[in-house]
Amino acid sequence: MGGALAAIALVVGGSVAAFAYTGGWLTPHRITPAKMVDALGARGGNPVGHRRNHAKGVCFTGYFEGNGSGTALSVAPMFAAGRYPVIGRFAIGVGDPLAKDETGRVRSMAIRVTTPDGQEWRSGMNAMPFFPVGTPKAFYDLTVASDIDPKTGQPDPALMKAFGAVHPELAAFGAWAKSAPWTSSYADQTYNSINAFRFVDRLGGSLAVRWAMVATAPPTTVAPTELAKLGSDFLATDLKQRLSHGPLRWTLVATLGGKDDPTNDATKPWPASRPAITLGTLVVDQAQDEANGPCRDYNYDPMILPRGIAASDDPLLAARSAAYANSFDRRTREASHYPRTASAPSVFSGEPAK
Amino acid sequence: MTTARFSPVQRLLHWLMALMIIAMLFIGIGMVSTLKPAYLTLVSIHKPLGLAILLLVILRLMVRIRRGAPPLPTDLPWWQALAAKVSHVLLYALMFAMPLIGWSMLSAGGYPVVVAGVHLPPIAPRDDTLHAVLRTAHTWLALLLFATVLLHLAAALFHALARRDGVLSSMASIGREKPQVKRQIS
Repeated sequence: MGGALAAIALVVGGSVAAFAYTGGWLTPHRITPAKMVDALGARGGNPVGHRRNHAKGVCFTGYFEGNGSGTALSVAPMFAAGRYPVIGRFAIGVGDPLAKDETGRVRSMAIRVTTPDGQEWRSGMNAMPFFPVGTPKAFYDLTVASDIDPKTGQPDPALMKAFGAVHPELAAFGAWAKSAPWTSSYADQTYNSINAFRFVDRLGGSLAVRWAMVATAPPTTVAPTELAKLGSDFLATDLKQRLSHGPLRWTLVATLGGKDDPTNDATKPWPASRPAITLGTLVVDQAQDEANGPCRDYNYDPMILPRGIAASDDPLLAARSAAYANSFDRRTREASHYPRTASAPSVFSGEPAK
Repeated sequence: MTTARFSPVQRLLHWLMALMIIAMLFIGIGMVSTLKPAYLTLVSIHKPLGLAILLLVILRLMVRIRRGAPPLPTDLPWWQALAAKVSHVLLYALMFAMPLIGWSMLSAGGYPVVVAGVHLPPIAPRDDTLHAVLRTAHTWLALLLFATVLLHLAAALFHALARRDGVLSSMASIGREKPQVKRQIS
């Protein structure tokens, strides 16, 4: 009897231990989505109820007009000639939903394109040419180094210095952040997929691609010292003002990777000589405040892909997908912290609402 | 009709689903705790496996209603008999609830529900509060399911190793039923 009970305890205890190990409870050093999202949410301000990264943003709606030239490369239905509705979001890459716009060095565009057959393409793109680091672990460490030290209310510069010392790839991003011109608008930015993906054609063949929403609006460059004078919400103000004069357009361009171009390292841009194919035009005709806007409750998970677009071997894609889901789960639970009642009119457009 | 053993179809369904459910629990807890590329693989297994469990449990419940189950040993203490009844009802309820909650939670969260390349319709309205409730329920009920599976396993081993009453072999034995089963048939 005693032996029987001991055997049962061993089996049950072993099962619990295996389960706990799989869930990461026995390996506190493992970077879980929850830890990643905690780190993203500790960069200042109060992100409860909001996205933990790119926390400050504005919704937009419009459509993507495929020109048909992508159909040879990919069976994604939105590449067939036609108009497909888009719900999107512009944001700045910060953790504080009330951050001043001049602190957002990286601006982003997220889109959700749907086709009549129920396919969806979600993509989060950034207005920088490459990612600062190449792996989820490095991105976690970089985020922790950017977190607010509760003692000083500021990030600890020693942590960032130490991070840079072991991550030489960060230097390229630092040089870009220092030298790339600032502008006063979301409209004049080109947004890059940064991660590589694969386009899958009718025969099942695939090739490596990166894509970009290339701005058609000319850049309105502003000296960094002048940015603060534009007001803390100048990006949303500028967007609404531009849309009151008419829609804004971006051209979707896919760049095809060469045989030896890295697809698993988002820090390495491909040579400029690679073939580029224009797939269509994104037309943005309305913007909405996020609190009541249609983009609020979408998770712009870059792994929500239509048939015809697939993941590459870039390890950041799985990490983004896992962390976005965790962030989404949190903010839907915290919705009461981010009231939906907007004080200002929520739709801004020169055209009548559809 | 009372028999000493579950029917072959019942035994097949039991062991197949046991493997699937245990795999599902480990895949689920593993995928929400990793940022590694395995995340995508695990998610792509989790959804079709969950749907398969839902389809199989429908079949299994029909078979169970039709064929019934061997009676419990008559000398089983009343509280153990009650625990057996309650835990089996709970296992069936969770086998139905978990896939349905997963599916409706994705629906409420505005996610496209694509299972092994097939688009399924949403089964819940798009609503962030509903998503939050279902998402939380999915986690806690998964832990409850794991606990119930362990209890079930412990009880089965208790019957086999401590009581030696033939309850485990009513589900676990392979081959034809021997006429000289030791177990008492009421």
